[in-house]
Amino acid sequence: MLKFVKGHMDSISGIEIYPIISLSIFFIFFIVLLVWVFTYSKTKINELSEMPLKED
Amino acid sequence: MEMQQFYYDNKIVKKFLYASILFGVVGMLVGLILAILFLFPNLTDGISFLSFGRLRPLHTNAVIFAFVGNAIFAGVYYSMQRLLKTRMYSDLLSNINFWGWQLIIVAAAITLPLGYSTSKEYAELEWPIDIAIALIWVVFGLNMIMTIVKRRERHIYVAIWFYIATFVTVAVLHIFNSLELPVSALKSYSVYAGVQDALVQWWYGHNAVAFFLTTPFLGLMYYFVPKVANRPVYSYRLSIIHFWSLIFIYIWAGPHHLLYSALPDWAQNLGVVFSVMLIAPSWGGMINGLLTLRGVWDKVRTDAVLKFFVVGITGYGMATFEGPMLSLKNVNAIAHFTDWIIAHVHVGALAWNGFMTFGMIYWLIPRMTKTKLYSEKLANFHFWIGTLGIVLYSLPLYVAGFTQASMWKQFNPDGTLVYGNFLETVTQIMPMYWMRAIGGTLYFTGLIVLVFNVIKTVSAGSKVEDELAEAPALAIISAKRQKGEKWHSWLERRPIQFMLLSIVAILIGGIVQIIPTIVIKSNIPTIAAVKPYSPLELQGRDLYIREGCVGCHSQMIRPFRSEVERYGEYSKAGEYVYDHPFLWGSKRTGPDLHREGGKYNDNWHFNHMWDPQSTSPGSIMPGYKWLYDNKAMDHSLIEKKMEAMVTLGVPYTDEDIKNARSNMDAQAAGIEKSLYGDPDFVKSYEESKNNARVRGEEFVPMKDREIVALISYLQRLGKDIKVKETVQNK
Repeated sequence: MLKFVKGHMDSISGIEIYPIISLSIFFIFFIVLLVWVFTYSKTKINELSEMPLKED
Repeated sequence: MEMQQFYYDNKIVKKFLYASILFGVVGMLVGLILAILFLFPNLTDGISFLSFGRLRPLHTNAVIFAFVGNAIFAGVYYSMQRLLKTRMYSDLLSNINFWGWQLIIVAAAITLPLGYSTSKEYAELEWPIDIAIALIWVVFGLNMIMTIVKRRERHIYVAIWFYIATFVTVAVLHIFNSLELPVSALKSYSVYAGVQDALVQWWYGHNAVAFFLTTPFLGLMYYFVPKVANRPVYSYRLSIIHFWSLIFIYIWAGPHHLLYSALPDWAQNLGVVFSVMLIAPSWGGMINGLLTLRGVWDKVRTDAVLKFFVVGITGYGMATFEGPMLSLKNVNAIAHFTDWIIAHVHVGALAWNGFMTFGMIYWLIPRMTKTKLYSEKLANFHFWIGTLGIVLYSLPLYVAGFTQASMWKQFNPDGTLVYGNFLETVTQIMPMYWMRAIGGTLYFTGLIVLVFNVIKTVSAGSKVEDELAEAPALAIISAKRQKGEKWHSWLERRPIQFMLLSIVAILIGGIVQIIPTIVIKSNIPTIAAVKPYSPLELQGRDLYIREGCVGCHSQMIRPFRSEVERYGEYSKAGEYVYDHPFLWGSKRTGPDLHREGGKYNDNWHFNHMWDPQSTSPGSIMPGYKWLYDNKAMDHSLIEKKMEAMVTLGVPYTDEDIKNARSNMDAQAAGIEKSLYGDPDFVKSYEESKNNARVRGEEFVPMKDREIVALISYLQRLGKDIKVKETVQNK
């Protein structure tokens, strides 16, 4: 399958940087997500998840 | 704290629910008619507006935008008011949203059967309706955002995140895919051509599934499943991860609809990688939904609403497992263009969208009419007959898809195709089409049971009224982060910032794929031999678009030995540079047509389009008799069309445009002349001339009728490089 990617990529100058950029984007994206959810306190999370049940 | 009293707007929810049910019946009935047309192709013989090609977009649009669309609005309007502890921002906007949307649906129901279509799947509506959709969608978004702004609850619950992402992404998709150049009130050409048009279309098509059929329903799932089960969602943390990773990854996956096509390989592979990744957030969401029922599974045994939800979410899980599998090139090579895909989308539509909607209806209607459901038994019956319907619908089509793909690819030891005649592979799977129609009938029967149950419930219950509620006003705090406030809590209470962040998340994938394909020339190598269509061929192409031929015929020969053997040289990106819009198609109920030109003579096409079974016994293609009507084809727009094409980059000269009519006349006369080669044609043609004279009607020569333009287009298909190839081969 790599043969589909390789040929196209070889011809672009400065291509080496792109895999690094994409890895960083994804790595940072998911790390931020994990930080996002795990810095929530347990009580706050529970409170938020009760929201649909609170009314009427 | 002082409590404020206010009313939840239940009437708008009721309106959307009723509209959803009504259009559900219409959309699925049209679907059933289409399933029956596979069995009796000439059931609506001679009635142009009931032909398969024109009804197919009506079915998809009605089910997606009318049935599911109205269900989304109903669920969003119900849940958002309650989650935000406020009435919708503006009753006027709510009602404009409702009536505007219904008007668009009616406009679609009229224009699509009449043949006004852009031919781009799920975006078939012509430009004035496209503009109306954009306006009404903005009304919906504005109403939603303003409701969020004036809320009485600090935190914005995760369901609403999904609604926000739905709003912004559908707006972006709709606008960019619908960029078209109008030539008349109901005719336009896509600004993109060929490969670029295909990429933008499937970026749209795939993400319409993502952000119209998936994200809003996930939002509804996060509200209604906890509500009905009376349990909080399994993991709120997971729902946050689910949300961001889903919207971030989904948008990249569009090119998996174009594997092995003329789309540049890098874009195809990008699509594959992200489609495989997509399984993680999708299943995260499914698990989160199902595990919400932990500890209350006993309720599923008795509660029809929960039954619908469980099968709905499971259907979502199956479809989102299958999706990544279908995106693998080796699996796609088998499944693409076959009924496998039809089975796949119907698992999504019937189980996920259909059953979630039915569950919602059975839960909301008794609540809003302050009564009990008329018959829990009937609801359970609906559940079982619907489930059976889904199984009977999809299983045979999986078998059909696999069977047909295998037959397409089977070779004799001497290197010829075992099933050289495409028709053999169709007649083989006819029993599957029968079973599919039966499955569809069962599902439809279930819906009718729902209608009955709802009518009985509503007539026994009290009138739907706005509901009194009270909540303390939200203390006004600074837009800035509070002391001790976490950054995500801050973000989660700032709707505009939140919306901008989700726009960023969805734009990255689209930009990375689409911009290089449009601006970098080397992605679409030009072929010198490829010339623009002649005026008559252009007119014929518009007939091809009008009749919805693209619903059953592809124009994309994949680079497989079996396809090159069957159809001819595989399709190149450079061959489509003048195709506004592209017509690659996504399903082969009939054979590919990209190298159709010159394969048969004009008489064959003439007889075939009149009565396909006369030239191809056992064919399930309907006849197109209205193309032969004794009236001249409307060529009044030809100059305008060519000028529009020039604006879009097609190199017609001023002279080409000036001479368009004489050029058309000459080419049409040539085809008429060749038709005279068949004595049967001469006989019946002279007869109809006489008949017209006897009746005192004006007789329009064959060359001026629509069929001749269509033949000219069919005979042109793929010829540009075919000539070169044969020379090379020698």
